[in-house]
Amino acid sequence: MMTFSYYPGCTLKNKAKDLDEYARLSARALGVELEELNEWQCCGGVYPLSKDEIATKLSSVRALMKARDNSGTLVTLCSACHNVIKQVNRDMLTDDYIATRVNNYLGADGQYHGETKVIHFLEMLRDTVGFDEIKKRVVKPLNGKKIGAYYGCLLLRPAKTMQFDNAENPRIIEDLIEALGGEAVIYAERNECCGAYVTLEDKDFAAKRAVSIKNNAESMGAELIVTACPLCQYNLKVNAAGGVEVKYFTELLAEALGVKEGFDE
Amino acid sequence: MSKQKANALREEILRISNVDPLKCMRCGKCSATCPAYDEMNYHPHEFVYMVERGAVEELLDDTSIYRCLSCFACIDRCPRQVEPAKLIEAVRNTCLRKQGANHFKADMLPGKLDPELPQQAVVSAFRKYAK
Ligand code: SF4
Ligand code: SF4
Repeated sequence: MMTFSYYPGCTLKNKAKDLDEYARLSARALGVELEELNEWQCCGGVYPLSKDEIATKLSSVRALMKARDNSGTLVTLCSACHNVIKQVNRDMLTDDYIATRVNNYLGADGQYHGETKVIHFLEMLRDTVGFDEIKKRVVKPLNGKKIGAYYGCLLLRPAKTMQFDNAENPRIIEDLIEALGGEAVIYAERNECCGAYVTLEDKDFAAKRAVSIKNNAESMGAELIVTACPLCQYNLKVNAAGGVEVKYFTELLAEALGVKEGFDE
Repeated sequence: MSKQKANALREEILRISNVDPLKCMRCGKCSATCPAYDEMNYHPHEFVYMVERGAVEELLDDTSIYRCLSCFACIDRCPRQVEPAKLIEAVRNTCLRKQGANHFKADMLPGKLDPELPQQAVVSAFRKYAK
């Protein structure tokens, strides 16, 4: 059994418990234990772009330090947490201005210089377990169901930092869908924004984005959309009500691996 | 706004964004790819040249700064690595950091909650629209 440090984030403890639970159940079935960091704090949801934003990066740095002192690798699952923590990690590794100020804040808690490797759960599946291995473990294949992967923004961009996949033509979720026996549907808007937090500022605008994405996926034949982000999921489900079903990719994985029943709501 | 004040704000915005508007070749690709384009009065490429010119007052007072989705499309797709979203963020921060200037306040929240809204939306909105 391999063990990785794991950062669930606030939403996965609340509205997106299923995203988290299905991931843990599936990981266990694949021989990986996700060890939740103790006393992690919320990442803040969006990466602060301004150079002088220091305090807003501390929660990410604390999580990164804990992971460094455990296994050295931090697995994330929520796209937003992944994006924030990975961008902060880059700052700590390459930006002296930010790293110096953050380390001054940390003081006696220790120092951090970007030593931790941050990977998304999907990368763990692809690079540690392997999609071929997953394919062998499937007990309930998806029987050619047509599934559209929705990446959104945060897994892919900024590409230079995220280094997740080809940001304009990603494959990782499609490859997973195919390993599980589904048929991946490629559609143009799979890496365009769902409307994000603007749903609280201007719901109609956010809804326009979500509807456009859903229509695009449907027009290319998708019977189901999968996401990795609670806010994408919300926008596609609630702001673009009706149409095809939207699920977390972890639910699909747990289903195909035959461990879905382990989730106790 | 006096010319002096506008200039000071321009310097502040350039400093906290770490963006060099002179790298921009005005191709408009950032605005072409921006999913918030239709909702903005000033578009990403306009932020770049307006800040360069010192026309910051118009930007600070405009709702465009609350329409950016932080999707990073303009950051990745700009052929000159200008990163316009950083400039929009810096203009918004300059505005929000003023006393009492929060755009999103806790008492606005109850009316916007619905049972399925994820926590992530709320923390993100506070980070983007308040200090
Ligand atoms: S980050 Fe903001 S300005 Fe840039 S493309 Fe996305 S929504 Fe438009
Ligand atoms: S894409 Fe880059 S170079 Fe082109 S207008 Fe926008 S900021 Fe300028």
